[in-house]
Amino acid sequence: MAYLDHAATTPMLDEALEAYVATAREVGNASSLHAAGRRARRRVEESRERVAAVLGARPSEVIFTGGGTESDNLAVKGIFWARRAAGGDRRRVVSSAVEHHAVLDAVDWLGQHEGAEVGWLPVDAAGRLAPDALRAELAEHGDRVALVTAMWANNEVGTVQPVSELAAVAAEYGVPFHTDAIQAVGQVPVDFAASGVAALTVTGHKLGGPVGVGALLLGRDVPTTPLLHGGGQERDVRSGTLDTAGIVAFAVAVETAVKGQQEYAARIAALRDDLVERVRHAVPEAIYNGDPVDRLPGNAHFSFPGCEGDALLLLLDARGIACSTGSACSAGVAQPSHVLLAMGADDDRARSSLRFTLGHTSTREDVDALVAALPGAVERARRAAAYRTPR
Amino acid sequence: MRVLAAMSGGVDSAVAAARAVDAGHDVTGVHLALARNPQTYRTGARGCCTLEDSRDARRAADVIGIPFYVWDMADRFHADVVDDFVAEYAAGRTPNPCLRCNEKIKFAAVLDRAVALGFDAVVTGHHARLGPDGLLRRSVDVAKDQSYVLAVLTREQLDRSIFPLGDSTKAQVRAEAARRGLAVADKPDSHDICFIADGDTRGFLAQRLGEQPGAVVDATTGAVVGSHSGAYAYTVGQRRGLHLDRPAPDGRPRYVLSITPKTNTVTVGPAEALEVSRVRGERPVWTGGPRPDGPVECEVQLRAHGDVVPATVVIDGDALHAELRRPVRGVAAGQAIVAYRPDPAGDVVLGSATITA
Repeated sequence: MAYLDHAATTPMLDEALEAYVATAREVGNASSLHAAGRRARRRVEESRERVAAVLGARPSEVIFTGGGTESDNLAVKGIFWARRAAGGDRRRVVSSAVEHHAVLDAVDWLGQHEGAEVGWLPVDAAGRLAPDALRAELAEHGDRVALVTAMWANNEVGTVQPVSELAAVAAEYGVPFHTDAIQAVGQVPVDFAASGVAALTVTGHKLGGPVGVGALLLGRDVPTTPLLHGGGQERDVRSGTLDTAGIVAFAVAVETAVKGQQEYAARIAALRDDLVERVRHAVPEAIYNGDPVDRLPGNAHFSFPGCEGDALLLLLDARGIACSTGSACSAGVAQPSHVLLAMGADDDRARSSLRFTLGHTSTREDVDALVAALPGAVERARRAAAYRTPR
Repeated sequence: MRVLAAMSGGVDSAVAAARAVDAGHDVTGVHLALARNPQTYRTGARGCCTLEDSRDARRAADVIGIPFYVWDMADRFHADVVDDFVAEYAAGRTPNPCLRCNEKIKFAAVLDRAVALGFDAVVTGHHARLGPDGLLRRSVDVAKDQSYVLAVLTREQLDRSIFPLGDSTKAQVRAEAARRGLAVADKPDSHDICFIADGDTRGFLAQRLGEQPGAVVDATTGAVVGSHSGAYAYTVGQRRGLHLDRPAPDGRPRYVLSITPKTNTVTVGPAEALEVSRVRGERPVWTGGPRPDGPVECEVQLRAHGDVVPATVVIDGDALHAELRRPVRGVAAGQAIVAYRPDPAGDVVLGSATITA
């Protein structure tokens, strides 16, 4: 099988898996006062320090969570609630049109249920946000803005955002800036302190750690209302018994991925560039989406005019190639990607797209398999498109 | 063969897909998403196109061990089946949406797309037999037989269809599903019309066609005997819900004899007046052999689960004429007339047409 869907999830690193299994054998609740509890607590705190060290944060800024969606929801809702409660009628949320649904839908929910007003920042044809647009937004509404949230790198088209510049603009207006860096950590350099953001989401399973564990890096001076109430284990911002084994494995994966980032990015970007060139050669009419330069090293995203992404996916799947239409699903039904639409693509182009994402286990053979299967699949999918509902 | 199994989330299509695998085919499961908003369709065990059904289908595909995808056919279904359903009622006819769905969606849009994607055939869980002779026959389970709603299929469509359940009874299919570990083994059968959530066809039509008050007229006397809020809500042969102001002079029950959309009139009369000995149909298909150029002695069925009647059928261009050996009551335009040849190995579908009069 050629697995070209590492942005969905990537295999666990051996060292993370071993750390997980070894820790999971040990008993101990990190909140207990006895020896077993202290041992678990030590594992958690060591992990916190390791994560902080490689991501440019202080250990006290690391809040362990149940993964990316929880971290995003905690940042978006928690900061909104805290800022609104602090007075000053701060109930505007500024976000981008290309966010992952974990941010997009949380922001939408605030708009529908919590009286938030939302300012959506547009992107250009490459999916890039403009700091000037944020400046204009904040110049107009700055005193009423509760937070700005914009992703570090896009999960569909791979475009890397000018996060430091955006965060600097937000700082000028004294507005906390959250970034969803789920796709970025381990792929591009990410430094919490240097970036100037107030909050940053990272998750384990996109970088070789386990699913279901992640963190929100959260500045000490950023008031945040909890989503989950209970024992208050994580700085009183997040409750729930700490997943010691998951946290240990997560920390190992974060450390390994971040320390190896440069070498990894060079190798994977070269493989990706090869993939892109050969796909373009095999299917000359394919459109390469996203920013060609400021881009995640493992991401290749194309539209195949006249095809439907889900038909291509089915045909490639039958040939043992795993990829993604990159779009949101409701009951498995493909919706046109909101990211592509925000980039100005029409409905057909948005529906004709496929995402191939490489990761630490990717090889040249994976690319060979794709390039061998793709032209036939495109030809078939194009014929099949004639039988879809006319729109 | 590479075959596409249409999986509704029910027990029949799950077992059909499993049997196709056993028969040596390379099977891919597909669930058709037909609802634009799944919440508005029948939910739970009775439906065929809700989120829950989609999950049931996916789980069945997991157990069988085949790839599974969801195909979005909602717009097409809406245009070809739901809108058609409303338009037919508005025109005073009584459509059969399951039949239309087979004709336009399952064995047309889905089959065509499947063939374009490299599949050789579509497998469904319909209860009907389709053997190597290419003839469509009734299921061995006469009570569950679905040959009537498949009789609209053309030769080309049948040649690319596989119905693995025709030799089994429903009880056997359920038992086999349980044996195979399919959780849908005891899922209740779907009934009625999947896109009318509460089963209230009249309300569904009223919402789309609006109130259209008009007269109910007695066929014998010509007198106005009642009123209605939309002629589209009536079906030929209907007795209940007429709310007539006056009883018939002879005190006998009255039935809907005809619906005239032009004047928005519902005509009622005694049961005998419903009796029909000649039926005309349009758009005939003939798959039980070469298209006949003379009269054919056969049996005809005039609605789903209706009785069969001996008849002589003639195909004349785009029309089909049937002379019934004995009169039948309640023949509604818009339904199909299906001609069968009695056969101990399962009555053979000869052909069909849409009833016009």
